[in-house]
Amino acid sequence: MDPISSYLGISCLLFTIGGIGLCLRRNAIVLFMCVEMMLNAVNLAFVAFSKIHGNLDGQVAVFFVMVIAAAESAIGLAIILSVFRSVASIETTDAAELKW
Amino acid sequence: MEDTRVALVVLIPLLGSIVSYALGRAAPKVAGALATAAVATAFYFVVSLWQALEGGQSFTFTLSSWLSFADVRLPLELYFDKLSAVMCLVVTGVGSLIHLYSIGYMAEDESRPRFFSYLNLFIASMLILVLGKSLPVIFIGWEGVGLCSYLLIGFWYTNPDFASAGRKAFVMNRIGDLGFLVAMAILYHSCGSLDITVLNRPEVLARVPSEMGLIAGIALFLAATGKSAQLPLFTWLPDAMAGPTPVSALIHAATMVTAGIYLMARMFGVIELDPLVPAIILWTAFATSAIAALIAISQNDIKKVLAYSTVSQLGFMFLAVGVGAYSVALFHVVTHAFFKACLFMSAGSVIHGCHHEQDMRRMGGLARSMPLTCLSYGAATLAIAGIAPFAGYFSKHAILESLAHAHNPYLHGYSELIGLGATAIAICTAFYMTRSFILTFLGSYRGEGHPHEAPMVMTAPVLVLAALSVVGGVVLHHGFFTYLQGPLPPVAEHSGGGIVGYVLGSLPGLLGIAAAYALFVIAPAVKDQIRNALWVGEKLSSRKFYLDEVLGLLVIAPIRGLSGVVSRVLDQSVSIGTGNAIGGISRAVGELTCRVTTGQVSTYVLWMFASAALLLYCFLPVR
Repeated sequence: MDPISSYLGISCLLFTIGGIGLCLRRNAIVLFMCVEMMLNAVNLAFVAFSKIHGNLDGQVAVFFVMVIAAAESAIGLAIILSVFRSVASIETTDAAELKW
Repeated sequence: MEDTRVALVVLIPLLGSIVSYALGRAAPKVAGALATAAVATAFYFVVSLWQALEGGQSFTFTLSSWLSFADVRLPLELYFDKLSAVMCLVVTGVGSLIHLYSIGYMAEDESRPRFFSYLNLFIASMLILVLGKSLPVIFIGWEGVGLCSYLLIGFWYTNPDFASAGRKAFVMNRIGDLGFLVAMAILYHSCGSLDITVLNRPEVLARVPSEMGLIAGIALFLAATGKSAQLPLFTWLPDAMAGPTPVSALIHAATMVTAGIYLMARMFGVIELDPLVPAIILWTAFATSAIAALIAISQNDIKKVLAYSTVSQLGFMFLAVGVGAYSVALFHVVTHAFFKACLFMSAGSVIHGCHHEQDMRRMGGLARSMPLTCLSYGAATLAIAGIAPFAGYFSKHAILESLAHAHNPYLHGYSELIGLGATAIAICTAFYMTRSFILTFLGSYRGEGHPHEAPMVMTAPVLVLAALSVVGGVVLHHGFFTYLQGPLPPVAEHSGGGIVGYVLGSLPGLLGIAAAYALFVIAPAVKDQIRNALWVGEKLSSRKFYLDEVLGLLVIAPIRGLSGVVSRVLDQSVSIGTGNAIGGISRAVGELTCRVTTGQVSTYVLWMFASAALLLYCFLPVR
């Protein structure tokens, strides 16, 4: 396997781990980390493709993803904080008022 | 010819309505002055337009394009011709006098700003009605005056009777409005236009199929019966006396109720499409006039007598309409506006002077304490009785004369009967008006307290109208009919008939006056005997021929029954059943689908991944 393809493999692996974590875990902070992991997996793939195609488009996209991720973490942490304030827990199972 | 003054005539009272209310709330005293000034200004512009009107000319003004879609164009256009001129002069002229009078009459009322605002709004609507160039524009004014009438009848809305009188007027007018809408629909469908200048062209009207012409004519007349209080829709007008007296004078005697006559005159081409329509008009008018005159004889409320006499006089105008003498009807509109406004305002002064007493049985002898009011009421009584040379004589006589020239196949052989009947009604009119005069002003005072003469601001306009009731006929009857010959079909010029004619023509009136004088002053005992002998008639008359009851039985009871059935059968079973079924289905679907929202983030994430995978599978070009 050539070195660049292995980057793509790692990216896939990270994405999958993040996705599975998102499905299985209950702790909001952990879920948050899973999302970050998936975003970074995508970033890795972007950089790898940038190398394969020999242009900078992918790397530019990475910057956008990072900026969005920063914004998302700001909002996400604020949501977690206010959820904690109202239900005194960050387990997502505890914040399920709006289910049927 | 475009002329801005036409727009000003309408817009100034409209503006006055807003301003007098807005400023009047801060300073109630200015409301009346502002409102009066607005109408007087409108009157000034009407006069200047009327002076500028020459020959068959007309002035127009386009306010806006209003409605325009596809190939339909409905501009908000005003149109000032000789017919509108006559109506506008009456509306703004008599209107300003009544506004002036109201300043005195309403001086102690707390909601004066509202009152004057409504009055001005009424004048504006009435002017839109008589100035509208197309039927929809006329309809705006038509509805506007109906609304103002409702607002002003129920002006003292804290009294539930007054409020319901307002509602009654509104509902009865709505029945008439239905006729207006039907007529508009038919005319637009057949002629492709609602512009009155287009509609009155014979070649345009020829396009209306004959059975549609009949329906359109009857529908238009139905509209007129609503507004002008003819059978079967007249019972609202006597009830309308619940409003303040200046309102009765302005709306329910001098102006709004003549809207029906105006509509008939404006659309004479349509009502003459089928000769059955004028025949229906003639018979309805005759019946209304007779019934109202008979009811008026036994009324004890001074305003009710005048209200029924208004209905009866409106019937007289429709008699002229029925025989095609539209300018004669218009002439009676004008003279009637003078003397009936004068009568109502004198009655208002009487009510004001007798501390809000309206029952004539508790009046009497007021000639001593209110000489000016007595003088005006007397002059107007002579005018309405049709005594030469007072105003009413000329118009009434012209109507009686035009009845003799009726050419209607449906009336063959009946026209003499109607002529005789109309003469009898004229005698009746003189009788009940003299009765009200005697009960109010002669004899000795039967009420409590001390009656007093009204202030100058009230007596002055009344005296002006009294003067007009005296000389209006003499001045106007020369040339009135020829003046209106452009917009209306010609009628034979009324001669008046010299001194002999005057005496002969006044005979019915004199007879009525003499009878009333004999029965109420000379020999009251005979009156009681007659009353006892005619107890059935008296009962019928004082109970208004049970018209309200008959209408209740024939119209209201079936509608109530029908709505009961509809509410039980249709509403309870059909609509509620359907509604419940639809609701049940959506509830069942909802119960099933809401299971998706588990409240668990992991389930949502799984759904998201699954959907993303599905989308990728479907839309990614490489498999």
